[in-house]
Amino acid sequence: MITKAVTAFLVAWLTLSGVTVAAAAMKETVAFAYLQRENDPAYAQHRAYTGLVLRDRMPPLDGAKTALRESRVIGRSIGIKFELREAMLGEGEDVVDALAALIGEGIRFFLLDLPLQDVARAAGALADRDVILFNIRHGAGELRGRDCSPVLFHTAASDAMLMDGLAQFLFKRNWTDVLVLEGEEGSDLVLSAAFQASARKFRLNVVEVRPFVLSNDPRVRDQNNVTLLTGDADYDVVFLADTLGEFGRYVAYQTYRPRPIVGSEGLIASAWHWTWERHGAPQLNQRFDRIADRRMTDADYAAWAAVKSVVEAMVRSESREAGTVRDYLTSEAFTLDTYKGAPGNFRSWNNQLRHAVLLHTHNAVIARAPLDEFLHQTNTMDTLGQDEPETGCGFE
Amino acid sequence: MRAHSLISLVGAILVCAALSPLALAKETGLVFISNEKSNTITVLDGQDQVIKTLETCARPRGMHFSADRTEFFVGCADDSVVAIYDVATQKLLRRIRQVEEPETFDLHTNGRHLYISNEEDATATVFDVQTGEFIAEFETGEEPEGVQVTADGGLVFVASEAANLVHVIDVEAQEVIKDILVDTRPRRFALTPDGKELWVSAELAGIVDIIDVEALEIIDDIAFLPTGFRKEQVTPVDVLITKDGTRAYVALGRANHVAVVDVKRREILDYILVGRRAWGLALTHDESKLYVANGLSDDISIIDTASRKVITSIPVGMVPYGILIDDH
Repeated sequence: MITKAVTAFLVAWLTLSGVTVAAAAMKETVAFAYLQRENDPAYAQHRAYTGLVLRDRMPPLDGAKTALRESRVIGRSIGIKFELREAMLGEGEDVVDALAALIGEGIRFFLLDLPLQDVARAAGALADRDVILFNIRHGAGELRGRDCSPVLFHTAASDAMLMDGLAQFLFKRNWTDVLVLEGEEGSDLVLSAAFQASARKFRLNVVEVRPFVLSNDPRVRDQNNVTLLTGDADYDVVFLADTLGEFGRYVAYQTYRPRPIVGSEGLIASAWHWTWERHGAPQLNQRFDRIADRRMTDADYAAWAAVKSVVEAMVRSESREAGTVRDYLTSEAFTLDTYKGAPGNFRSWNNQLRHAVLLHTHNAVIARAPLDEFLHQTNTMDTLGQDEPETGCGFE
Repeated sequence: MRAHSLISLVGAILVCAALSPLALAKETGLVFISNEKSNTITVLDGQDQVIKTLETCARPRGMHFSADRTEFFVGCADDSVVAIYDVATQKLLRRIRQVEEPETFDLHTNGRHLYISNEEDATATVFDVQTGEFIAEFETGEEPEGVQVTADGGLVFVASEAANLVHVIDVEAQEVIKDILVDTRPRRFALTPDGKELWVSAELAGIVDIIDVEALEIIDDIAFLPTGFRKEQVTPVDVLITKDGTRAYVALGRANHVAVVDVKRREILDYILVGRRAWGLALTHDESKLYVANGLSDDISIIDTASRKVITSIPVGMVPYGILIDDH
């Protein structure tokens, strides 16, 4: 009687949870949680004057889904079923509470598509837990320095990595005199500062930093008229820091001197681009397109790399425990196929994924950094971003 | 007597009226190279002169002869087609359609069943090369690539690049009986002539893994590193083992070299400089010449295997991929 009731209950529970008895017996489930926040300003649409949407950012959930799809047969070979759960934080909801609830449900692997302060807070609060948090969005130096945490891994490229890649290219082309144009947004200033740091590192000469203003006001025409703004200076190239994109799209062909534009327009540094066609990239781009019906972005790439890293570490370490997986991720043995040539692995001093930087126009990848000419005493990938001696991170 | 020998003979005489003794033999002596990005097949004669460039289907890559060597197959990923050509006349005979993005394939020992890796579809499929009929499908990891049938036809191996797995298909049972975890980005196979060892290149690891065919386990590996290269530049793809089982040739991709390996000792004997991003390899029947497809310099290198020197390089189409030699 009791046995029957228990059996009936079990069958009902298994049916409800959508798992067949056979599958449940065969496979263990490992879940990833993908965290977002309601009304996240990062995904607010920025409309240009005529209703054009210049920067339409999509949450990179499809990057994670692509990696999950790729992991199905790998799971078959090791008896694991990988799952992705989405969690949306309400406005005002504490990220640490939300994570605690998910940990209570048995989840140990988290993709944080959250504002910077949430990521920093989660990384600090969970620093001694057996979990792995992935920063799949932010390039901020502080997350890899002052606010770093042994549980926080970065599959997003840092601003420093991207700008170092660009600086290498400028140096190689001998475009060493750079005029910097920067907007008023906080994000413009962060980008400009990152470029200037890279310029110092690679001995580029920033001839001047000039603020621009998005307006038609004739009183500030020296700051809103591109020709005036770029006159009276000698430079090889213009670096543009314009994260909104409305001013920047009118800079090319309007500069006082005929000079190339890099940064936010022209030649852009990213972790991924849909036109990248080496090292198996077309296959990854097409797999992504099948799932998402759009082009793969660098944010999608970061989410993809996070899931792939955990799966690879589980396969090789033969463990599902977050602590063991984390040790494996930071070990010398770990290798991620980055689809950009150089094998991916995590820097021991700040958990940043080593991966190449693509320098691209709107429809072609012009170069891949690190460029061959830039050498390093241990790993040429460490010519990009914060190297061990400069790290502000102290968890090692 | 081969059905097409007359056509072959006439064709060969017409093409190279100039006194080639090879042209009068049963084989044509022709070399076929698939050019992935220009959608063409370059045809060389027995003297390694380009005599023809065939327009073919979109993104031609893997190629294979039919069992009687009168036909050859070309997999075209962007048309989802395997095109079948007559060797002697290079006329298109028929097509196997609806083959999802074929990359490479191997012909089963029954001469009928072509085991094909379907790159975008994470499957390996089997088609009958005579009727074009679909026979079977097997789920693989993402980006299946190399396919290898054992000499007795009992097993088929399929490498999955993105899953780092070698899938083992039992032909009689028609199912995947094992997924062998190998090093990063497995690409192509070679079997030793005794059938005991399966060599599989691991492109991103820069090594060849050696699998014991009976135990279906990795027993050893060989790491490549030509002088002056960094580990990440060494990306082996195609592997060939000579008929006597003493030598292996491994195309090292980005390292622009072909490695020569002593198979029994598993020792690297030499590295031969070739063109950019060497992938595809083919040996002549007498094994005196090795042809190398250089994907990023749009040419092929021809190596004299005795001296281990490149004797010539020949410009072909854009991104040469596979090579077939009709010399026996």
